[in-house]
Amino acid sequence: MTSVTMTVNGKARSGDVEGRTLLSSFLRDELNLTGTHVGCDTSQCGACVIHVNGEAVKACSMLAAEADGAEVKTIEGMANPDGSLSVIQAAFQEHHGLQCGFCTPGMVMSAAALLKDNPRPSEAEIREYLEGNICRCTGYHNIVKAIMAASGQDVAPPMAAE
Amino acid sequence: MPKDGGIGASSKRREDVRFLTGRGRYTDDINLHNQTYAYFLRSEVAHGKINGIDTSAAEGMDGVVQIFTAKDFEAVGGVPCGWQVTDLHGNPMKEPKHPVLAEGKVRHVGDPIAVVVAESLEEARDAAEAIEVDIDELPAVMDMPSAIAEGATKVHDDLDDNLCYEWGFVEENRAAVDEAIKNAHHVTTLELTNNRLVANPMEPRVAVGDFNPGTEDYTLYTTSQNPHVIRLLMGAFVLGIPEHKLRVVAPDVGGGFGCKIYHYAEEAFVTFASAQIRRPVKWTSSRSEAFVSDAHGRDHVTKVELALDENHKFTALRCDTYANMGAYLSTFAPSIPTWLHGTLLAGNYTTPLIYTNVKAVFTTTTPVDAYRGAGRPEATFQLERVVDKAARELGVDPAELRRINFIKPDQFPYDTPVAVTYDTGNYHATLEKGLEMAGVDTFEARAAESAKNGKLRGLGIAHFIEACGIAPSNLVGQLGARAGLYESATVRVNATGSISVMTGSHSHGQGHETAFPQVVAEMLGIDESMIEVVHGDTANTPMGMGTYGSRSIAVGGSAMVRATEKIINKAKKIAAHLLEAAEGDIELKDGAFTVAGTDKSVAWGDVTLAAYVPHNYPLEDIEPGLEETAFYDPSNFTYPSGAYICEVEVDAETGKVEVLGFTAADDFGNVINPMIVEGQVHGGVAQGIGQALLENCSYDDDGQLLSGSYMDYTMPRADDVPMFEVDHSCITPCTHNPLGVKGCGEAGAIGSPPAVVNAVIDALQRAGHTHVTHIDMPLTPSRVWAAMNGEKADGSDIGWAE
Repeated sequence: MTSVTMTVNGKARSGDVEGRTLLSSFLRDELNLTGTHVGCDTSQCGACVIHVNGEAVKACSMLAAEADGAEVKTIEGMANPDGSLSVIQAAFQEHHGLQCGFCTPGMVMSAAALLKDNPRPSEAEIREYLEGNICRCTGYHNIVKAIMAASGQDVAPPMAAE
Repeated sequence: MPKDGGIGASSKRREDVRFLTGRGRYTDDINLHNQTYAYFLRSEVAHGKINGIDTSAAEGMDGVVQIFTAKDFEAVGGVPCGWQVTDLHGNPMKEPKHPVLAEGKVRHVGDPIAVVVAESLEEARDAAEAIEVDIDELPAVMDMPSAIAEGATKVHDDLDDNLCYEWGFVEENRAAVDEAIKNAHHVTTLELTNNRLVANPMEPRVAVGDFNPGTEDYTLYTTSQNPHVIRLLMGAFVLGIPEHKLRVVAPDVGGGFGCKIYHYAEEAFVTFASAQIRRPVKWTSSRSEAFVSDAHGRDHVTKVELALDENHKFTALRCDTYANMGAYLSTFAPSIPTWLHGTLLAGNYTTPLIYTNVKAVFTTTTPVDAYRGAGRPEATFQLERVVDKAARELGVDPAELRRINFIKPDQFPYDTPVAVTYDTGNYHATLEKGLEMAGVDTFEARAAESAKNGKLRGLGIAHFIEACGIAPSNLVGQLGARAGLYESATVRVNATGSISVMTGSHSHGQGHETAFPQVVAEMLGIDESMIEVVHGDTANTPMGMGTYGSRSIAVGGSAMVRATEKIINKAKKIAAHLLEAAEGDIELKDGAFTVAGTDKSVAWGDVTLAAYVPHNYPLEDIEPGLEETAFYDPSNFTYPSGAYICEVEVDAETGKVEVLGFTAADDFGNVINPMIVEGQVHGGVAQGIGQALLENCSYDDDGQLLSGSYMDYTMPRADDVPMFEVDHSCITPCTHNPLGVKGCGEAGAIGSPPAVVNAVIDALQRAGHTHVTHIDMPLTPSRVWAAMNGEKADGSDIGWAE
């Protein structure tokens, strides 16, 4: 077992891990940050995307020991300081960008990373960027809309009965 | 003006807040004190005789608590099947035992052989590697026609052969259908496969068993669409635990799409093992494990013949299908290719004579069961493909051929020749709406533009019907269901006026926590935020059948309406007492009870308080309290329908298909939350595009799964699908449920595959590839390229017996 220390959502967190312990397991099982989800075992689905030192990373593709000393942000750290939903989170709710919620943490973390690098992405750029995040519920339509809305672009509101 | 609450409002989903902040509580997020971990050692071969299992080396390894094999389950039942189909000779289907752990033989890759329970998952996995399994490999049984040929290797040695059943429907029509086809003016024939799929909800299955030695109660936490069904099946048929000692909890569930309906061996295992070792046992499926252990979907091989007269009216339809059951019968498997398939073959049309013959076959593959749509996509695909092919053969516009044969609006209720009665519909309206939305009249200009870029543009139309709101219990009982299919709701009005609605249906993405309160709020005239939905726990919800078959609002919502009506009736009695008025004069409006024609009124909260603090209360007439339960059993299915129109571009050099536009014009009856309904259609259409172009569950001839991970099984990604144009303004309300709703969960996955394939065939035909009349799904670049270049598209080489 190795001792690791990292800053997670602004707080110093430590734990003992095996060499083979994945960062996703450490977050979920040791730190009880269960918002980071594991949906596959081949680093394809993206449900476990978090930010490590400001970059989007699939937490299942990194060992906990590799994150020693890193700055980690998970979905639990994405809301505004007062607990209200951040712009991206609020846009996902407003535009119905989630259904079962399982892929959602990874989608939000990927969207945040995209908008950091590309503040006004086109629809095609969003779709290409989300290549590593699979959603089975939404058909992506409303996820794309939510990310465009979060970046300040005009999108139609969700349909409402006349 | 859009409504801001109640029925018809796009209320924002309240469940989103917890999902967006990482505070959902999925089954894998549950960790119990003193918990152990189960790891399943699964068969690596498709078919084999187990000579011995040596666990001695593994037993002494670090962290191992106990190792289980079939001998530990001798006193336990098999995993049951919930539907018995009767074959065309009147005999029951063959129903082999499905043991929790393999007994003597393994019958598919992934069949569980042994389970290690250990202090950690890593230790369980390490120990499983030390288990020696001595297996003599037997020939795999893969191809369906060969599997039921004379002398074929048997999947189950105690059965006569691998034919689960041969079903004919309507058997009495068989000769007349054949005669009509023989004498027809024109017959269009099509052989096709409906490709095997894996449902792939993003949350893999998880089960945690927790036996309480003090009370001898069992709790199972599981990723289920229907916790009461799991309690009934597992308690009564597998483990012999009476319901009052068994609680099943399905908390937040990360998608289902059918594959989380069924009772699985892993659920029985963790429940059983937790009692054996007196500690909680947790199993979390890996995605690789999900590919070999979640029930698969579809997998039909079909020949369809459509007869037409000189006026292009359909005169008869015959369908012959091989349906793969896999190695064992999953919970609802036998009903999918029969009652959920044969009864939909009239589609939207007036075809007077229909016969379908289904041979259900055991193979050495993972069990196959319902996947989003379940039988109805298979029916719709063959019908809408053969209609499209007929239009081409006859030189008729595909939309016009459909119009000629549609059931007309004034023909409802309409009795089909396949035993169902459509209550309402207006197929002309949805078709015209779809054509208009898709800009079909300007398609030629777009096609010309594509041609300039070396791309082949095509337009495909499909019109579907489905049977939802599953289902009338007395009817399905006659058809072989071993359960009722009612739904339940308890409406508990609390003293201060807030309301808890306990429903037997289950939400795993459908937004019940938001949509159900909209209905109750509309009925009572109070704010939605005062109402909360409780679901997913047998301990605090009435017995209900769960969520599948687009049934939650049609059946579960109707139960909730009935319970709320009882609440209103009782509340009016209380209000009448408080207002010293006659009960018949009391009106409920905007959350207050008034005496008709006066300004005397009492607020909702005053009535509810009186119910629980009955100081001034008609105790001689009614009991205190304000809580009512209703069970709703539908009198018919509901019949959503719609026009789906797809526009594609095919790359002439590579065969790659790009979906440029997709239009869905649906008739779902009345709509509770349009935003949620739209989202359901988006997701269904994406799954249908996935089936048509990308997804394929593929085995080799030895029964090895070739598409066992997301590296190999092509899930639709964001750049595989376009923005969708969806509409649900063509409304013919359901006539037999109180909300007039039809259900929308599966439509997208049902209507879209034929629209996509029709579009690709259209593109190729327009480009002069007139020999290409069909390509089997998925329409991968290699298949489309091969078809364009004169090679036969693979997949439908089957020898059809006369």
